This record gives sequence, structure tokens and C-alpha cells, in this order.
Amino acid sequence: MQSPGGAVGAKYSLGMNPNQHPYLVLVMLIALAVGFAVGPLALAWAWARFFSPQKPGQDKNAIYECGLESKGDAWIQFRSEYYLYAIIFLVFDVETIFLLPFAVSFTSLPVGAFVAILIFMLLLVEGLVWAWRKGFLVWK
Amino acid sequence: MIEEGLKSELQKQGVYVTTLEDLYNWGRANSVWPLTFGLACCAIEMIAASMSRFDLARFGAEVFRPSPRQADLMIVAGTVTKKMAPLVVRLFNQMPEPKYVIAMGACAISGGPFKQGYNVLKGIDRYLPVDVSIPGCPPRPEALIHAIMTLQEKILAQKLTGPDRPRHLNADVPGEYPVPAYGEHDLEPPMNPEVWHPPAIKR
Repeated sequence: MQSPGGAVGAKYSLGMNPNQHPYLVLVMLIALAVGFAVGPLALAWAWARFFSPQKPGQDKNAIYECGLESKGDAWIQFRSEYYLYAIIFLVFDVETIFLLPFAVSFTSLPVGAFVAILIFMLLLVEGLVWAWRKGFLVWK
Repeated sequence: MIEEGLKSELQKQGVYVTTLEDLYNWGRANSVWPLTFGLACCAIEMIAASMSRFDLARFGAEVFRPSPRQADLMIVAGTVTKKMAPLVVRLFNQMPEPKYVIAMGACAISGGPFKQGYNVLKGIDRYLPVDVSIPGCPPRPEALIHAIMTLQEKILAQKLTGPDRPRHLNADVPGEYPVPAYGEHDLEPPMNPEVWHPPAIKR
């Protein structure tokens, strides 16, 4: 549909009719927004590049930012025996969270849910037995 | 460079002119970001100054940065022990230039009431170029605000060119200060002679 303002619009939009290019406004807005974001960054970069000399140093290039000097390597290995801690945590902490709602709604549970929670407990008790047999629960 | 008389004459006609130097200094004077960094009781006053009652945000200095990479201003708020002094200098080295130091309170200036202590540094100005010192034990938040305003005046007066331009625009001046090491009896060296110029006592 040709609007009455079409001719005026064509005059001011570099020969592009806004009715033929309905997304022209969006493109212009996006260009403005990107310019608004990139412009100050480019100015800051140019200022730092041409006026403010860079002065890197040993302290300034250091990774750690708390005043202390970092010691050793960040790439350390964790001992794989910590899986026993994970099992004990599951048995005594996570299981409790599931057992509480199970106990509260025990009388209204169907048989399937009861069996499911029994299997869940059996798996975790298996982990406890495993840790016990390994002697992990003995205080040394 | 525009003359002051012409500048004020133009302002009467509604034409405001400025220099790049003034614009640059105006921008950075009103966006001084301090480092989140407190050493002792002065830090409580510093925190109070940044909160709503005293509202340091009015001066553009409320953005306390937890990383030295993003900070412009180090407010040495509290007693600097000799164990802490290398860390303070190292943090200052990690700040990007231009950077400024405010010594807040008697301890940061001179050791204050703990000056006689064997483990207390007798003023952070032995290692860092202090721009503004605030007396007091501890100073009120208003005093810290006054120090920020004094620092802003100092920044606004800085020339960007010439031999007395600030450190960050001079490529020959190193950006880092030597970090003292823990010695047997004292920090080594006990002061940075390039920075520390104690007033000579005339009798």
C-alpha cells in the first residue's frame, strides 16, 4: 500500500522507500546501538594506544590479586581415594533428605514407590557396606 | 590553548569551550574508583563514607572495586604492619595507571598511636607516593570526602603534556614500585628513597 508520506520518506531515506524496506528503521537502530557501544571503547583504545604508554611489570602481570605471591602450581591432582568421602556423604546426608518425605507420606504410598525407595536405600547401604569393609569407618 | 579572558567572554555569550585536557581530567576526576581495601578501624569510617548517610557516590567514588586491576585509588585505611607492607605495595603495583593514594588516619601517615610498635610501619609514604593525607584517629567520613575532593582538585590541575606531566603519561618512569622484603629486623629496604622525602627538622 502506498502511503501519502511515501514520497517524502523516499526523499529523506537516500532513495530507499520505507514501505519497500520495512526493517530499515530496525537496521538503523541496530547500527546506532552498536556505534554507541563500540564508539567509547574505540576512543578508550585509541587514547591508551597513542597517549598512555603501557608499563607491564612482574607484579602487574601476576595472576594473583590479593597482594601475596602465588606459590606452586594451580594444576594439582586430587587423590582418587576421596570417592569414599563422596559415598559416605551420599549415605548419611543425601539419603536423609529423601527418607524424611518418604517417612511422612509412608501410609499413603503405593507399593511401587515403596519398592523404589527400598532399592534406593539398598544401593546406598551397599556403599556403606563397601566403606565398612574397606575399614574406612575405623578411627585411626 | 585558549585564554581565560576569551573563555569567560565566550561563556557570557553562551558559548562553552574546553580543552581536551580539561575534558579528560574532568572525566577521570569524577570517576575515581577506590580499591576495596581496609586494614584497621579507619576502614569502618571508609565503609560509612560509602554508605547512604554520607554517600560518597555524589563524588563518583562509590564504586569500590574488589580487584586492583579495576581501581584508580588506594585508600590506605588503617595501621600498616610490616608484615602487610609488601602486600600493600604489591597491590598498588597491580593497579593500572593513573593511580592515586590516600593515607587515611594517623596510622597510615606515621604509625599513629602504634608508632613505637616493633611491627608497625611508620607511614605508608615510605613506600608509596601519597597524594592526600587525612589526619585523625580515625578521621570522620566527612574528612574522607574532603580528601576525595582534594584529590579531585589535584587531578583537575594536572597537565597532560610537558616535563611535569603525571607518571602514567611518561613512558620513562616505571609503573611499579619496589616491593620491600621481610628482613631479619626490619623491612629491606626500610624505605624507598625515591618516594620518601621526610621534612628536615630545623632547630
